[in-house]
Amino acid sequence: MSQSISRPRRPLGASGLRYRKIRDRIVEAFLMVAGLVAVFTTIAIVAILVVESSAFFDHVPIKDFLTDTMWTPLFADAHYGILPLVAGTITTTMVALIVAVPLGTTIAIYLSEFAPHHVRETVKPILELLGAVPTVVYGYFALTMVTPALQILMPDLPGFNMLSAGLVIGLMIVPYVSSVSEDAMRAVPRYMREGSYAMGATRLQTALRVVVPGAFSGLAAAFILGISRAVGETMVVAIAAGMQPNLTFDPREPAATITAYIVQVSLGDLPHGSIGYQSIFAAGLVLMLITLIFNVVGFSLTRRFREAY
Amino acid sequence: MSAATSAAYRNMEAMRAGLTRRKMMDQIFVIVGLIVMLSCLAILAVLFIDLVRDSAPRFTAHFFTTFASRNAEKAGILAAWVGTSLVMLVTAVCAVPVGVAAAIYLEEYAPKNWFTAVIEINVTNLAGVPSIVYGLLALGLFVYKFSLGQSIAAAGLTLALLILPIVIVATREAIRAVPKAIREAAYGLGATRWEVTKDHVLPYSTGGVLTGMILGLSRAIGETAPIITIGALSFIAFLPQSPFRSEFPFISFAWLKDPFTVMPIQMFNWVSRPDQAFQANAAAAGAILLAMTLLMNGIAIWIRYRFRKKINW
Repeated sequence: MSQSISRPRRPLGASGLRYRKIRDRIVEAFLMVAGLVAVFTTIAIVAILVVESSAFFDHVPIKDFLTDTMWTPLFADAHYGILPLVAGTITTTMVALIVAVPLGTTIAIYLSEFAPHHVRETVKPILELLGAVPTVVYGYFALTMVTPALQILMPDLPGFNMLSAGLVIGLMIVPYVSSVSEDAMRAVPRYMREGSYAMGATRLQTALRVVVPGAFSGLAAAFILGISRAVGETMVVAIAAGMQPNLTFDPREPAATITAYIVQVSLGDLPHGSIGYQSIFAAGLVLMLITLIFNVVGFSLTRRFREAY
Repeated sequence: MSAATSAAYRNMEAMRAGLTRRKMMDQIFVIVGLIVMLSCLAILAVLFIDLVRDSAPRFTAHFFTTFASRNAEKAGILAAWVGTSLVMLVTAVCAVPVGVAAAIYLEEYAPKNWFTAVIEINVTNLAGVPSIVYGLLALGLFVYKFSLGQSIAAAGLTLALLILPIVIVATREAIRAVPKAIREAAYGLGATRWEVTKDHVLPYSTGGVLTGMILGLSRAIGETAPIITIGALSFIAFLPQSPFRSEFPFISFAWLKDPFTVMPIQMFNWVSRPDQAFQANAAAAGAILLAMTLLMNGIAIWIRYRFRKKINW
């Protein structure tokens, strides 16, 4: 830093300045290209999914895809109805939300309204670790610990089931839900809390009747972003929920999700360009659309709570 | 006592009782909050202890120096950890420069217009794309269009795209924390924008860049789904070609095109076997993976803490 000030590598003056300005333009162009990588990635994802899926939809009418109740693209008697996979995804996501929403919100309220500063600063990074554990490890956890534990309570529970996968996904997205919710609650201005205290409300009353309603759009955003995470989760369901497409909303049954199907096909050795190969892109397109909708709604809600006050 | 004062007295009593009750609710909530938080952390601890306990019989030097095998006791993770190291190398080399450059562009250069807004929206959106979709992108683009095949290069590039948003966001945060006055001072001395960035802003943001890099790699090291999607083999009993050569130029990049396996794939392969003996192998691989991720996250937290403490604007 100081070296470049005390000893310029180039002579100062007109020629040095011109050189430095040209260098600046070149560097800026490079940096912009780096920024554009994100745009190219998005375009490439959309292009690949659309191109390969359109080849799939040349074989399969969209009506069958959306209404058929069987998904057996690799069988001789092939059916291409996405509903069983969507049902599996919805079921595991619902179970995950039932875990993550109450836990995440309670933790967020506690950290934002009750915990002393140093507790918050210590606990938050540790809590984030829950989201950092590799998903394949969570899958092992669901299969070898959670399912046997559940089988003590429910002896009829099969070895592969959506319940244990959903519970573990829920645990995984707790830090995600809690950190967005906490941000939203901390964005509620101080004077609103003080107004409530002045009326004689306790901390809990203030939290539940002033802060939570005030941060409502942020909480909604946290849940929606959590849903998007749970929908895209792959390894836990692939390991613990079995990989058989099964049109059911009963979490005690085994079933495949959209993501698990993609894994199942990728594990086999499908030839490039076959209908099975194309079907995973069609499944991926559906997955991408679902998460995109949730993400767009979620992010627009977070922007709203950041601007509201 | 008149009727009015006794009514007021009763009101007061009721209020006192109500206040006690409300304050008790506060206490109860604090306890509930603590229990919920601690049980989440306890589950993390149980998970780790369980993995270590299940994997105890496999923790020998042998496990790290042998290839996968049909025999659970003889199977090791040599190919997996070598593969993971090489893939991480490719990922870091690709993601860090591009991510840091993109962050610099967005914070220091980009004008406020629709073009910048498009880039920003893309970065935010990419962070929310499920990892398996990156796998599909890689399958279509890297494996077949670019003919990289099921290689280390394809996997490294895939994971690099996956962690790009993490690196960008962390670097941007660090750059944003550098006070305006430092930039103004440098501009005042006649520095160009790039000189200000390279000599002043970037050195102060090193902590954030490192944090982003480590967090990104800790995410990449455990990613399984995208690597399965590109079709990595799970049974590999050989190593990629060595990057070192005895003759000039001493370094070779042939390993980039080699087939490979990585730790999470090896673990997934072992988990999905019906034979119980392999569960111990899976647990051992999981314990190592989890230890690596926790360690990397710990280092990231520590770096962030150190830099925040050291810098006093």
